[in-house]
Amino acid sequence: MNAVYYISSVVAVVATVAAVTGLNAVHSLLYLIVSFLAVALIFFTLGAPVIAALEVIIYAGAIIVLFIFVVMILNLGDVAVEQEKRWTVGKMWVGPALLALVLMAELVYVLFQQTVHHLPGAGPIQPQDLGATLFGPYMLGVELASMVLLAGLVGAYHLGRRRQPDETAQERQEPVDAGARR
Amino acid sequence: MNDTVRSLLIVFILLIASLSVAGMLTWVERRLLGLWQDRYGPNRVGPFGLLQVVADAIKLFFKEDWIPPYADKVVFVLAPAVIMLSVLMSFTVVPFSSSLGVVDLNIGLLFFLGMSSMGVYSVVLGGWASNNKYSLLGGLRASAQMLSYEVFMGLSVSGVVLLAGSFDLRTIVVQQKAVWYCVPQALGLFVFMVAGVAETRRVPFDLPEADSELIAGFHSEYSSMKFGMFFVGEYLGITLVSAIVATLFFGGWLGPFLPPPIWLAIKTFVIVCFFILLRATLPRLRYDQLMGFGWKVMLPLALLNLLVTGAIRLAMG
Repeated sequence: MNAVYYISSVVAVVATVAAVTGLNAVHSLLYLIVSFLAVALIFFTLGAPVIAALEVIIYAGAIIVLFIFVVMILNLGDVAVEQEKRWTVGKMWVGPALLALVLMAELVYVLFQQTVHHLPGAGPIQPQDLGATLFGPYMLGVELASMVLLAGLVGAYHLGRRRQPDETAQERQEPVDAGARR
Repeated sequence: MNDTVRSLLIVFILLIASLSVAGMLTWVERRLLGLWQDRYGPNRVGPFGLLQVVADAIKLFFKEDWIPPYADKVVFVLAPAVIMLSVLMSFTVVPFSSSLGVVDLNIGLLFFLGMSSMGVYSVVLGGWASNNKYSLLGGLRASAQMLSYEVFMGLSVSGVVLLAGSFDLRTIVVQQKAVWYCVPQALGLFVFMVAGVAETRRVPFDLPEADSELIAGFHSEYSSMKFGMFFVGEYLGITLVSAIVATLFFGGWLGPFLPPPIWLAIKTFVIVCFFILLRATLPRLRYDQLMGFGWKVMLPLALLNLLVTGAIRLAMG
């Protein structure tokens, strides 16, 4: 199991680096999918199969599909790759690299301390445990998340709703503004 | 060591069996369509036209394998492989008897849902990488359709999970000893079947490849065995969804007299025939009808099913 953990960790790191440095948007997203799958495998080896499955279903399966959906419509091609090449100059890597270096140093420090706090009762987590915890002690968090999602839903509905005929008529009465916007 | 040999044997038998079943289904579908539409279907090659599959395979293999020069080559080649991989991976969690099966995963049902959501990439990327507007439209339709129908595919099986108290497909089958879940979960079965048809992009939900408007949709640019992989992948998907329906709602391998795997095969075959009957009878939906039907009818139905099942389960203790 240890070997599986380390191999999938290496895959996750490499895929994530490729996703960040890639110039072609769709190829980057493909690397991101690989990264999510590798992280799912890490969760599985750590004894959380349900989280692993949810990672695949929700992140790799649903969210990235939406990303690709958007990128497909943008019709990026070689022109976009060229533009990306001009934009990603050496200077812009400095800030993120410094921040990542700080995190890396912290991680190495914690690993060498040897007093890593294990999660209480760490062992394989069954689906029932996860559900009971989510809807027991963490009920408030679930409700808050659902409120955020509801706000997103209402916002999407507002943006996507069909205009009533009288509203478009009102808009026509302000031709200067509307023309400028178009 | 014996265990390793046994599981390897199961893996290879399952691989060969599922692939040849998918191949044969192309013939079964055309013959059954012929029967239901009052014509013969392919009956020239071999007895009953059985060798039609071999003829088709040879034809596909010897066609020119052409990649459009303006396509994204890597993604173009990768896309058909994704659908085969994701469907074949899902077969690993299907239990064939109380001890027969590739893996015994306690989250088997979630694994199936995860893999079916991976299958979306094949059509989306295939449509995008072809760099053809009809393919792109097919890919767009496919991604929107499969994302929407995945939502209540997950919700519709929650009723079964509630009753069985497990995501383990083997436990779900064992729990159906008294009564198959198609009785208490009739609504769930209906929603799951509709979602299953949409996930495999079959008539009446075959808008991603609507041939009257999009040529062949996302696989317009594919030829030779790359097209063959999309084709076989579709039939593998039908077999898989049928096997999962049989497992979740019709008692899986349970049945008298015959050995368990035979029972699962019979049930799966009947459901596959139902899929083909749908294609023989129903017209194709319009795109806004498809999305409206999904979100305005199926989603509330799936939620209602979950609510009532949960309430009854809670009242029964």
